[in-house]
Amino acid sequence: MSDPTKPRSDTGPPGIALPGRAGGNPLGRLTEAGHMGLLVAIALLVVVGLVTKPAAFATTSNLVSILSLAATIGVITVGATFVIIGGGIDLSVGAIMALASVWATTVATQEFGPVVMAICAILVGTGTGLVNGLLIAYGRLVPFIATLAMLVAARGLAQRMSDRKTQLIQPENSAIVELSTTRVLGVPLLVYIFALVVALGWVLLNRTTFGRRTYAVGGNPEAARLAGIDVRRHTMLLYALSGLCCGIAAVLIMARTTTGSSTHGDLYELDAIAAVIIGGTLLTGGRGTIIGSILGLLIFTLITNLFILNGLNTSDQLIAKGLIIVVAVLLQRRNLKERAP
Amino acid sequence: MLVMRGIVKQFPGVRALDGVDLDVRAGEVHCLLGQNGAGKSTLIKVMAGVHQPDEGTVEFNGQRVRPSGPNDAIKLGFATIYQELDLVDGLSVTDNIFLGHEHARLGFVNRAAGNRAARQVLERLGHPEIRPTTEVGRLSPAAKQVVSMARALSHDARLIIMDEPSAALAHDEVANLFRIIRELTSQGVAVVYISHRLEEIREIGDRVTVLKDGRTVAVGLPARDTPTSQIVSLMTGRNVEYVFPPRPEAPAGGPPGEEVLRVEGLTSPGAFRDVSFAVRAGEIVGLAGLVGSGRSEILEAVYGARPSSGRVVLSGKQVRKSVVGNVRRGMGLAPEERKAQALLLDQSVTANITLGSLPGFAKFGWLDRTRERAEAERLAKALDIRPPDPERPVKTLSGGNQQKAVLARWLLGSRKLLLLDEPTRGVDVGARAELYAVIRDLADRGIGVLLVSSEVPEVLGLADRVLVLREGSVIHEGDARELDEHLVLDMIMNGRAA
Repeated sequence: MSDPTKPRSDTGPPGIALPGRAGGNPLGRLTEAGHMGLLVAIALLVVVGLVTKPAAFATTSNLVSILSLAATIGVITVGATFVIIGGGIDLSVGAIMALASVWATTVATQEFGPVVMAICAILVGTGTGLVNGLLIAYGRLVPFIATLAMLVAARGLAQRMSDRKTQLIQPENSAIVELSTTRVLGVPLLVYIFALVVALGWVLLNRTTFGRRTYAVGGNPEAARLAGIDVRRHTMLLYALSGLCCGIAAVLIMARTTTGSSTHGDLYELDAIAAVIIGGTLLTGGRGTIIGSILGLLIFTLITNLFILNGLNTSDQLIAKGLIIVVAVLLQRRNLKERAP
Repeated sequence: MLVMRGIVKQFPGVRALDGVDLDVRAGEVHCLLGQNGAGKSTLIKVMAGVHQPDEGTVEFNGQRVRPSGPNDAIKLGFATIYQELDLVDGLSVTDNIFLGHEHARLGFVNRAAGNRAARQVLERLGHPEIRPTTEVGRLSPAAKQVVSMARALSHDARLIIMDEPSAALAHDEVANLFRIIRELTSQGVAVVYISHRLEEIREIGDRVTVLKDGRTVAVGLPARDTPTSQIVSLMTGRNVEYVFPPRPEAPAGGPPGEEVLRVEGLTSPGAFRDVSFAVRAGEIVGLAGLVGSGRSEILEAVYGARPSSGRVVLSGKQVRKSVVGNVRRGMGLAPEERKAQALLLDQSVTANITLGSLPGFAKFGWLDRTRERAEAERLAKALDIRPPDPERPVKTLSGGNQQKAVLARWLLGSRKLLLLDEPTRGVDVGARAELYAVIRDLADRGIGVLLVSSEVPEVLGLADRVLVLREGSVIHEGDARELDEHLVLDMIMNGRAA
C-alpha cells in the first residue's frame, strides 16, 4: 500500500519550500504564526527587566527562581491545554493539587517513605481527575459545573484530612524536598521534571493518536463521533490526564514548600487557564499548542518577577495580568481573521 | 402586491438564484414549488431580508423596496415562518409573540398588557385554549406553529411566508392550519406557501410559481387545474445533464455479490418504521424520499448513531448499535452536513482523511506520520483532490473536494459498507460527475453503498436498486432502470405506489 521508505523531506507542498518550516506538521503554520507574538512579548519583558534592574534580573539565581516558580503551574498548564483543546475546562486543578499534597503527607502515608508519597500524590490526582471525567463524559454534566463542584469538594476534603493544618514533610522523607534543593548544572531537579512533562505533553499531543483525537473531539465532536472515535471515553481520559498533571504538580509543590496543605494551589486554575488562552488555544476547543501555553505561562511568571524585583504593588501586578489576557486575545482574534480564507 | 423581477443571488461558487420572477397578489395563497436546490430557501431569505439580491428589483405595493435586514422586512410587513420554528423555548407564549417589540415602557415589560394582546391574537387565530403565560417549550409542534403565526400577525404582517408549515403537523392539525390561512387571506393578507405535498397545494393554493435551478420556469399557474404531469415536468425538465458512470453489466437474476448488509424491521419512533432491505457487495442502493421521509434517519440508525429497534446484520453478523463498533467492523458514513458532521475544518486534508482509521497508522498510539502522509497523498491523487496538497487546511477546499476528502476517509482500511447522505450537496455540476465516478468505482471494488439523495435523478442514475420512502415507510422497492423521475416524484409526493 504505502511506501514507508519514502523520504520525509519531499512531503511538503510543492513549490512552497519554506526553510525552517515545521515539515509536515498539520499545525506548523498555526504554531509559527501564534508563537511569534508571544516570543516578542517575552523579549520585551526581558528588556524591561534588563533596563530597570540590570543587576538583579540577569542573574542565574533569578532565572532559576523564575523557572522554579513556573514549574508547578507549568505542569498543571500542560494538562489544562489538553482539556481545553479537547473542548472542555478544568476548574478543579488547584484543589486537586492541594488534596494530593495533603494525602501524600499524612502521617500514615509518610510512614511508607518518599517514593510511596510521590506515587500517592499522582494516584490521588489521577483518580480525582478520573471522577471529573466520569461525571462529564458519562454523567453528562457540563464541564464547568462538574469541575466547579470538584474544586469545592476536593478542597473541603483536603481541609478535613489535614484538619486545616499544614503537614510538614518528615526529615526521613527529605528525598522529596531534594527535588528542589538538588541542582544539576545549577538548575533544581524540579525544573527538569517540568521540562520532561512539557516534552512528553508535546509528544502526546503532536505525535500520537491520542493527540490527534484530542483535536478532533474539541474541534468537531459530532464529526469525531461519526468517524468512529469514542468521544466519551476520550473526554474522560482528558480529565484523568489533567488530574495526573495535578498529582505531579503536588509532588513539586511539596518539594518547594516542604509541606502538604489544603491551601496549596489557590486560584491556580485561573493562572493555568489564562496561560493557555494567552498561548493561543481556543477556549472553544480544537486548536492550540503546548508550546504556546508554556510561553503564555512564562509571560505571567516574568511579570510577577519584574514586579517583585522593582518592589511594585501586587495589586498593580494583577491589573497588568488582566490587561495582558485581553490584549493577547484581541491580537489572536485579528490573526485568526487574517488567516481565514 | 409583491412583485419581484430578475432576482439574482450569487454565493461563492454557486449561482443560487439566476433570474427569478414572482408576483404575489393581496389575499391569495401563492405556492412556490421546486425540487431541493432549486432556490426556494434562498428566495425566501431574500424576501425576509436575510439575503440582499445582487441583481433585480422588489416592489411592494407599487414602491421599490430593498430590505437591508430582517428588521427592515418586518417593518415593511413581511413575516416569515421558517421550517425549523424560531421560537425561544424558555420564554412564555406572550414573550415569544412580542419578542423584539414588547409591551414595555422605559424597558419595563408590561405583562398584563402583553398577555391581553397575546390572547387577542390567539383568539383571532382560533386558538383561545393556548394560554399566553405557558412556556413555549411545553407546547405541541402544532401549537408552536400557531404561536409563530401569532407572532407574524402581531407585526401586522401583510405578507406571510410559510416554509413547509405542514411538515411537523399531524393530519387534523393541517386542516386547522388551512382554516387559519383562509381566514388570513380573507382579511387581505397574502401568503407564500411552500410545500412538497401536491395535494395540499391543490387544496389551499390559488396560484403556483415553479422554480428550477435558480430560475422561474412558470409564473402564476392556477393551483387547482394545472395537471400534475405538467407541474412535475416543469420541476424536472432540466438544462443540466447529469453524467452518470455506466452500471456494470449485472447478470440478470444472478446475485452480483454476497450480502454485506441486511436490515430487518428497523424502527425509530417518529422517524421511520418497519424498514427491511439488503445491500450486496458491489451494489449501490438508493433511498429516495422527501425531507422528513426518514431517509437520513435510516442511515443514522444503520450506522448506530440513532437509537432504533430491529436487526442490523453486517456480513452475516448482527451488530450492536454503536458507531465505534460499526466503524471497526467496516462501516463508514459520509453525513449530510459535511462541515458540521464530518470535517475538522482547521485541520489538514491528511488529518481529515485518516481520522476514521487512526489506529491503522499507529503502533502503541505512536502515529507513523510518514506513512499517514503517503497514504493521504495517494488517495488525494486517486480521487483527484485539488489543489493536490494534503497539508492544506480542509476549509480552503471547494465543496466537491471537501466531499472527496470525506470519501477518502472511508477508502482506508477494509470497508464493506458505505453510507452516503447527500454526497453531492453544494457541489457544482462538473465536480458531481467526478463524485459519481468515484462512488461507482467504490462499488466496483466490492463495497456495498447505501445512498441518500433528495435529487431523484441522482438516485435513479447512480443506484442499482431504489427504495422509495414516504412518511417513514418504504412504499416501493425496485430496479432503478425500471423507474423514471416522473414516477418516483409522483410516488413521494402523492403517496401512490407503482
